[in-house]
Amino acid sequence: MQLTGAEIILECLIREGVDVMFGYPGGAILPTYDAMTKYPQLHHVLVRHEQGAAHMADGYARATGKVGVVIATSGPGATNLVTGIATAMMDSSPIVCITGQVPTSQIGTDAFQETDVTGVTLPVTKHNYLVYDVEDLAYTIREAFHVARTGRPGPVLVDVPKDVQNARTEFVYPEDEIRLPGYHPPKRASEGEIEAALRLIEQAERPVILAGRGVVMSGAGAEVLQFAELTQTPIALTLLGKGGVPESHPLSLSMMGMHGTGHANLAIQNADLLLAFGMRFDDRVTGNLKTYAPNARKIHIDIDTSEIHKNVRADVPIVGDLKVVLQQLLPKVQRREHKAWLAQVRDWMEDADERDIVHQDAGSRLLAAHVIHDMWQATQGNAIVVTDVGQHQMWEAQYYPHERPHTLITSGGLGTMGFGLPAAIGAAMGLRSTNVWAIVGDGGFQMTMAELATAVQERVPVKIAIINNGYLGMVRQWQEFFYEERYNATPMFTPDFIALAAAYGIPAQRVSRREDVIPAIDWADSINDGPVLVEFAVEKHDIVYPMVPAGADLHNMIRRPAPSPDSV
Amino acid sequence: MKQTLVALVENKPGVLNRVASLFRRRNFNIDSLTVGRTESPAISRMTIVVDTDAEKVAKQLYKLVNVIQVEDVTNVPNVSRDLALIKVQVSAETRGQVIQICDIFRAHIVDTSPETLIVEVTGDEEKITGIVEMLRQFGILEMVRTGVVTMVRGEQALSPNGYHEHFASRGNGHSANVL
Repeated sequence: MQLTGAEIILECLIREGVDVMFGYPGGAILPTYDAMTKYPQLHHVLVRHEQGAAHMADGYARATGKVGVVIATSGPGATNLVTGIATAMMDSSPIVCITGQVPTSQIGTDAFQETDVTGVTLPVTKHNYLVYDVEDLAYTIREAFHVARTGRPGPVLVDVPKDVQNARTEFVYPEDEIRLPGYHPPKRASEGEIEAALRLIEQAERPVILAGRGVVMSGAGAEVLQFAELTQTPIALTLLGKGGVPESHPLSLSMMGMHGTGHANLAIQNADLLLAFGMRFDDRVTGNLKTYAPNARKIHIDIDTSEIHKNVRADVPIVGDLKVVLQQLLPKVQRREHKAWLAQVRDWMEDADERDIVHQDAGSRLLAAHVIHDMWQATQGNAIVVTDVGQHQMWEAQYYPHERPHTLITSGGLGTMGFGLPAAIGAAMGLRSTNVWAIVGDGGFQMTMAELATAVQERVPVKIAIINNGYLGMVRQWQEFFYEERYNATPMFTPDFIALAAAYGIPAQRVSRREDVIPAIDWADSINDGPVLVEFAVEKHDIVYPMVPAGADLHNMIRRPAPSPDSV
Repeated sequence: MKQTLVALVENKPGVLNRVASLFRRRNFNIDSLTVGRTESPAISRMTIVVDTDAEKVAKQLYKLVNVIQVEDVTNVPNVSRDLALIKVQVSAETRGQVIQICDIFRAHIVDTSPETLIVEVTGDEEKITGIVEMLRQFGILEMVRTGVVTMVRGEQALSPNGYHEHFASRGNGHSANVL
């Protein structure tokens, strides 16, 4: 069958199981947009800015476990993707971006809307391709999906010049196995590695599991839980590990790190064995590496060999797929008790509980932590929550426990403000769900709020909660702690979000009293034919506690002062 | 301490760029990097001398999809060769002395003019540095070095032969070059 390059791209997408593409047309990608008219089974979502397309594909991928797809034109279309691609790269999210490029005869001439897109995206993609010959196109698209979804997943970009999209060739879908001589994602641990891990596990008196995004991506939650129960080992979660195991489980310590729970951080610092499962010892979870878990030996299981010994020296490194490795390990693990250790951990937990703002009266102030706690109650902990970046993100992590994988979608590694709304649109479309909540701050929301139009045009039933404190709250918090309260460039004018929503035809409510929170959530949950927005006007001068200052020792947290007896 | 890595990479456009970009963004210092063809047209070979932990470098290189195999040969008996062309200023009086020094270093004179000689010398880094120091007194007008290429001694071979099958079935129409 003779097809054009553009048609070959779309034929290949269909064979990869793609049902939706997020994109924006332009000159160099027009042949592919024209060919879309012949493939109605591929739904194209027109975004308002290409960054939104990349975040939507990322949200789609994180929610469904499938590869998200982005289409954009050359030059500015492609460069607008960079933030979204870098976000996906840092959090190992599989997306494939197909970009138009100027015709091969014009490459290198500074042609209109020409950018060296493979050059620009080289450091922020897992791999990328510039296709010079239509004969290579089908194989390249197939390889791109393979690379994106296997091993440690990540973004892949395929740049296709306009003449390659127009060229005709006989289309034969390459069914044969993909052969990449230098690409062999690891799977299993060796017997020696398993034995070495078992020896440390048997000797441990104060073990802690560190569960990262690898638990979620490998689908290893059940194995991690089984290991934890068998060996009575508490589990601390990274931000992206949330949902990997149920947070309501008695062995869960919730989140670790800069804004992690006091008990998680103290358990890590006092541990004699860390079992790092699919995590990468990011500086936001370790604090000062010199004083990090000083008495603990480390077993580090990760699919990416370059993460081993990168930040923290592992005593037993195992490179493999976490689920497979744990299945190898579990039959050989002996039952353990660790009663004294768990009693100690429980003491820390009770102390943290006493300080918790959720159990304190805020008077007439509306606190973001209370809003998120009430949101958790109203949604019975079952929502798929997509956050933006900042204080509200940390409060979500602290006050919205997640029980199932893929139910928290957030930009962890890159910390990309503006991620929340578009990622939530992508997640809701991928899941065809009416249960996706975007929790965003007033700052990040204004970065990508143009995508409200996309949500309306596509009738995406996404729920938007704006936590509005009129500040770039997290930056303000750093200014308060570390810059002597010089609040430069953090107070922020915000538009009337209710009027803004009305301009888009989106139903919206503003809430400023605690008692109105749950009714507003319930109201929003009843609207399922398109987006809905609730603005929470919260306390302006609030702080996320606890906090480990950047580079400080993990046990040196700035804690919320314990309540005095008469203040409760 | 300087460490030497040998890498087999796919001979595709941009691979050198990928390796160079990786070194820059991971803050690895390159002492020298050479790249050239192997006996297989699909595979190129790099010799990389770094001033960074070689294990870290190798792991990062493996993250690049086009990198096939990486060996740290720092502590393996090996042959390392650098080639230099050195244009030296000479006069009737000094010409003889320069030729004598070349003989000691088994270097060749590959070009002459009334006032210059081009010296070609091959060897490990110390030898090249040695002759450069000796020639400096006469006046070095121009110098170029290729960077080090390395091969492990003995029967062990880092050969692209095992990877032929990976390319056999692929109708990759574009004839590519790593450079």
